[in-house]
Amino acid sequence: MDVCSINNIARCLVNSGFDPALAQFITILLGVVVVASFPLVVVIFLIWVERKFAARIQDRIGPNRVGPYGLLQTVADAIKLIAKEDITPAGADRLVYNAAPIMAVMSVLLIWAVIPFSPIHVGVDLEIGALYFVAVASIATLAIMLAGWSSNNKYALLGAFRVVAQLVSYEVPLVFALLVPILFASSMSMQDIVHAQSGMWFFFMAPVAGLIFFISSQAETGRAPFDLLEAESEIVAGFNIEYSGMKFGLFFAGEFMHVLTNGVLMAVLFFGGWLGPLVEQAPIILGPLYLFAKSTFWYLLSLLIRNTVPRVRIDQLMDFNWKFLVPLSIVNFVVIAVLLRLCEALGIAPAAANANDFVANIPQTLVLLLGNAAIAAYVLNRLRRAGREQRLAEAGRTLAAVGEKAAVAH
Amino acid sequence: MNVLNEWAFVGVFFALSWALPALPIVAAVFFSPKKANAIKLQTYECGVETVGDTWVQFKVQYYLYGLVFLVFDVEMIFLFPWAMAYERLDTFQFFAGIVFIILLLDVLVYAVKKNVLEWS
Repeated sequence: MDVCSINNIARCLVNSGFDPALAQFITILLGVVVVASFPLVVVIFLIWVERKFAARIQDRIGPNRVGPYGLLQTVADAIKLIAKEDITPAGADRLVYNAAPIMAVMSVLLIWAVIPFSPIHVGVDLEIGALYFVAVASIATLAIMLAGWSSNNKYALLGAFRVVAQLVSYEVPLVFALLVPILFASSMSMQDIVHAQSGMWFFFMAPVAGLIFFISSQAETGRAPFDLLEAESEIVAGFNIEYSGMKFGLFFAGEFMHVLTNGVLMAVLFFGGWLGPLVEQAPIILGPLYLFAKSTFWYLLSLLIRNTVPRVRIDQLMDFNWKFLVPLSIVNFVVIAVLLRLCEALGIAPAAANANDFVANIPQTLVLLLGNAAIAAYVLNRLRRAGREQRLAEAGRTLAAVGEKAAVAH
Repeated sequence: MNVLNEWAFVGVFFALSWALPALPIVAAVFFSPKKANAIKLQTYECGVETVGDTWVQFKVQYYLYGLVFLVFDVEMIFLFPWAMAYERLDTFQFFAGIVFIILLLDVLVYAVKKNVLEWS
């Protein structure tokens, strides 16, 4: 009989006299509980990290009273939120109003089902993992629309309209950037995507796609500079204005979790996920360690951007997406597809036998990098020119205004 | 795990991801005070009494963005299998995909030229 461990619970249960179907179900349930509760526990500390980080940037100390270094501040906040009166405004659609905050958390939580933590530990390695991610991530849009619509509040509805316009728009470049790792790996399974990066991380083959994915996932989270959903001066608080107590807290828990999830997805899709030295020898320790080391980088970068960049206007937000990110992501996808084909035709692509070899991947990576550099150079040049034209036009307007004033004075 | 078990996992996960966030809300029902009154339950619009119906007709611009998004979202679904089968594509199939994407780019140019994507 085997030694019972996390890897063979099902067999272990059958051996100790359980019905096979029941054993299978218990295994699934255990897996789900572990994977689903993990982000919910981590988010408690993430909120602390985020508040400390923001405080340091703003030259404050941040939470430091409850527990060592203020670590238990979030726990105290959660208890407070649970004990607060929960107000459902008159005229609200009760069912939808109560379901919306749960859906906001659910959409993020569901993504974790397909995240591979190590070579053997993954919630479920769906063959269509990437498509599943796109499907469940768009539930967040629905949650916000429902929250805004059901609150019976004009500000909430206005906020929801804006956010939904933003979220659906930024989904287009997000999915186009997501297609690039699928193209490289020839598979939609997250585990296959990670395995395909054992020769070379996809970020080095397609940095532009990686950055587009990062930017649009930042927008999908609704964080600065894309945090129009909480533009206090314009729409009070946006779609969640009528929410109080724990329901309000859940929207924010969902947002905090989403930031980490974005970091993890960046790591899995572009930075080799759990790959790293010696990972095959100690998958259960080193796999998650590498994964979270990589995602922490993107997580902190996201916090840095959130705390240092001003908010954009809504017309700028939509223009940035439809007239910059969408065409860029499409062109980038085409260029990468063509270059990859070219590499195969010219015989510089690594053969299937040594696809996992770092050196064999270098020529192809260089060709792709060159293509990316060309795209980036063209885009940056265009942006520079457009920016200068805009500045000149504005300077011209200011001059004209000054001239008019002078004429009036005379 | 076979395919059935994989989707059983997703199903259980789906159920649990409703249940877990619902827990604190249910807990709040037991621990929170309930002192509702008519004024407290009013719609909060900066203290001013709300005027008219909330569920109004919305700006057509949102609808146009929604339509353009729909075009892209539907077309992108076709690109997933193309990207997946990439290594097995012959030259014709490869260029068919490229032409398809370029047509998609054309849709975008058309929408921009028609001023659909103009926030006014």
